Amino acid sequence: MAETFIRTEGLCFSYKDDEGRPILHNINIDIKRGEFLCILGRNGSGKSTFAKLLNMILTPDAGKIYVDGVDITDPGLTEEQIMEVRRKVGMVFQNPDNQLVATIVEEDVAFGPENMGVPSDEIRERVDRALETVGMTEYARHSPSRLSGGQKQRIAIAGILAMMPECIIFDESTAMLDPHGRHEVMETIDRLNEMRSLTVIAITHNMDEAILADRIAVMDGGRIVMDGSPAEIFSREEELTAMGLGVPQAAMLANRLRRAGMDLPEGLLDERSAADAIASAINARKRQGT
Amino acid sequence: MLKDITLGQYFPGDSVFHRADPRAKIILGIVFIVAVFLADSPLSYAFLLLSTVLMIAVSRIPFKTVLRSMRALIFIIIFTSVINIFWTRGEHLIFEWKFIHIYREGLTFAAYMVIRITCLLCGTGVMLSYTTSPIALTDGLEQLLSPLKKIKLPVHEFSMMMTIALRFIPTLIEETDKIMSAQRSRGADLSSGGLIRRAKALIPVLIPLFVSAFRRADDLAVAMECRCYHGGEGRTRMNKLHFGLADLALTLAFAAFTAGIVLLNKVPLNVFN
Repeated sequence: MAETFIRTEGLCFSYKDDEGRPILHNINIDIKRGEFLCILGRNGSGKSTFAKLLNMILTPDAGKIYVDGVDITDPGLTEEQIMEVRRKVGMVFQNPDNQLVATIVEEDVAFGPENMGVPSDEIRERVDRALETVGMTEYARHSPSRLSGGQKQRIAIAGILAMMPECIIFDESTAMLDPHGRHEVMETIDRLNEMRSLTVIAITHNMDEAILADRIAVMDGGRIVMDGSPAEIFSREEELTAMGLGVPQAAMLANRLRRAGMDLPEGLLDERSAADAIASAINARKRQGT
Repeated sequence: MLKDITLGQYFPGDSVFHRADPRAKIILGIVFIVAVFLADSPLSYAFLLLSTVLMIAVSRIPFKTVLRSMRALIFIIIFTSVINIFWTRGEHLIFEWKFIHIYREGLTFAAYMVIRITCLLCGTGVMLSYTTSPIALTDGLEQLLSPLKKIKLPVHEFSMMMTIALRFIPTLIEETDKIMSAQRSRGADLSSGGLIRRAKALIPVLIPLFVSAFRRADDLAVAMECRCYHGGEGRTRMNKLHFGLADLALTLAFAAFTAGIVLLNKVPLNVFN
């Protein structure tokens, strides 16, 4: 857990066609191997741009990015090294329809390994394993166009898993899904992080997803403005609200009750633990009263 | 309504035709087309018709499905037969009225023509569109054309484009449906008026469709890059195509079929003489 997997130093970026308006200013972050990091921020905060820098879809104006010890901002990187970076850092996007290439599920999952030149038998194995991991084995021969959004997104995840990545970036991957699909995908992400010790970077503006993370980095105006555990971040409700972000409903309720004088512990983020804590606080007060 | 459009006519199954390698089927399809044009006597035409019926039976595709695909071409078939009947001059006049002369040769010719077109359509349909999935067809074509890479033809890129097009047709159809409903809900009248008016009414549907297609293309390009796509070089395939038992059986059957047509052409039997 202690080993750094991705490290950025003084990262700056602006789009050429946008009058040089800077999108990212001086981003410094260390992401540990096996960590589940959530990057929170409202639209236009630069969080998706940041993600695209990490696997060389975009190149920064200034600053350094190290992935697994390799400086990926080095212009002398060979084609093989670039491919290796993209293999290590896979990416799942927002729109499930726009990232599937083939007309058959298993063909699509095989797309990545095929590009990498993996031998046929091994591709077969990897595809079967990846589909099993995301629980889509029975749909292997189906056409993606008939699947639900959550299922398509799981296929996209399988497509990345078949490349044997060390880190997966989810760029708002649940934003276009219905609650059921969102749950399916979140559960898959969480399981991958726990069971396969995969480094996960989830970019989102959905608070309920952020509470699953080990660590949250909040971005605003192209800077990282907060960085800490979910409990720390969500106790700073006013700052988050000022940035146009909310806190999970359970945390909001706990924060208000605490301000109103109820004795509640820190770090209540999900409904279950908040309900338990509130119940025991009420019971404690009753006992004192009698 | 647009959802009813089915892409291609692939009919899943497990016949010899289904199991055969797409490359073999493409080549044998060409052989079949040549053989159809070789037929030149009543016997060989009868043999052709019989073989085609046999092919459909072996492929286990319902005759109704195959015949339904003929509907689109019924006009061409009728048109060519009419031309043949009325315009062919021969020796045996059987009907004459004012400027209309019908010769026996004309009738035979028309009959041949109908058999030829029908067999051509049904045969190639069974070989390619009914028993080969679009993706297998593209793969087969890519491999068959791969020698052309030597002269710098972008064979891989072409087949990638085909695959992506096939993948996105259902997505774009769905999108068209959505845009049409959206425009209709704003009072757009898409289905009345003359041809020109209706074509004009489609502009508010086509423009959003194009914009969204470009956006999708952009997204897809980035996603493909993230999955290490860098052209056809050094790419392997999960499913390798190989020449199997089914291909051998089909090749033999087609060799026999072509030989049969050629031999029957030589048999000096003419029912009309």
